[in-house]
Amino acid sequence: MGNSADTGEKVARFEALVWPHFDAAYNLARWMTRNASDAEDVTQEAMMRAFRFFDTFRGENGRVWLLTIVRNTCLTWIRRHLPQQNSAEFDERLHTDLHASLTPETEYLRQATGEQVRRAIEHLPPEYREVILMRELEQLSYKEIATVIQSPLGTIMSRISRARSMLRQLIDEQRRSEVKQND
Amino acid sequence: MTNHAQHNLLHAYLDDELDLVRSMELEDHLVECGDCAHEVASYRSLREKLASGNLRYQAPADFRLRLLRKFEEQKAPRAEHVFFQRRLPWWSWAAVAACLLLTVVMLVLDVNQHRERNLMSELVSGHVRSLMATHLTDVLNSDQHTVKPWFTGKLDFSPEVRDLSGDGFELIGGRLEYVDGHSAAAVVYERRGHVINVFMWPSFGSDQEPHTMALQGFNVIEWRRAGMYYCAVSDLNQEELSELSSMLRS
Repeated sequence: MGNSADTGEKVARFEALVWPHFDAAYNLARWMTRNASDAEDVTQEAMMRAFRFFDTFRGENGRVWLLTIVRNTCLTWIRRHLPQQNSAEFDERLHTDLHASLTPETEYLRQATGEQVRRAIEHLPPEYREVILMRELEQLSYKEIATVIQSPLGTIMSRISRARSMLRQLIDEQRRSEVKQND
Repeated sequence: MTNHAQHNLLHAYLDDELDLVRSMELEDHLVECGDCAHEVASYRSLREKLASGNLRYQAPADFRLRLLRKFEEQKAPRAEHVFFQRRLPWWSWAAVAACLLLTVVMLVLDVNQHRERNLMSELVSGHVRSLMATHLTDVLNSDQHTVKPWFTGKLDFSPEVRDLSGDGFELIGGRLEYVDGHSAAAVVYERRGHVINVFMWPSFGSDQEPHTMALQGFNVIEWRRAGMYYCAVSDLNQEELSELSSMLRS
């Protein structure tokens, strides 16, 4: 009898502390897998895993705790499904020096459509996409992101800086390719 | 220009991650260096674009419910299973009688709890429905002086509508609901993209302190004050939802 009471209580505690972050979990999975049905699989697996490991939850930030699990589940999924995806190509193409090209970015950024921004984020390599999502959509601090992706703060700092510079360039490319198509 | 600020620092500055001394140093630099100031402006508009772009994906409501049911199932059937395995000692009629008596007492208590839980479920369903359909609000307005009069004539009571935008709770609008056999007002607030439904209707009885619970993955807070029953439902975390409830009670 004690067993079921424990389970019941565990479910109730889980619903109170972890479930409120379900939307954040799904959002991250959706962006990382880039399609709806895989996002559901990954989210479900992550929630189940979170429940299994719930005993290790020590009352820290529930969102950070859950996103850590979701992120690891996404990583496994990416390794299994997109093994050849790496960022070398991006690195070379996007390797521009700081301040090398000073186009009036502010203007084109304002004009970019939601769709262009969305596609640009999707084109970011996963390790850069995830920090952008956690920072800009989930509003996690550098320290929280460091916890989720289990890396030092310095890595987070440079990754965010790099990710934004790539993103800016990708938005510009999206915009240009559309202009070309319309010509 | 060779002494530009380190790129990482510009971003940490934008993200409010620099300590006071460093961010003041950087601000001094930005005054002098047009290139770096330009970079900061450009990345600032990138961030604004991302913030305003409505980029979050919402999980399909049926997926959410399906998954929730999986968790809920872990509670219920297990309990029954264990109960049937339990063997009552044959000699202990007294114990059986005591158990029966206890069951009756529990049942009476339970019926009350059950009713309460059913009401909560109904409110949570109302919340979910309001999110699923395009029927979040009947009156879409962030001005309390528009929302409140809107209810007049549609309800036989005057619901509580507050402007809490200064405290981070945006008023979205109001909606008529039918709950537990009577009409109710649902006042809709939003915080960081989380929708909050505050249901209310007249209810007799003394004031009741807020009572918090989690149901189907939503946080629920109910209280009674000055002859009105209130219930706030949201996927917002408990602390922030409590914040709202205490503001509404003040």
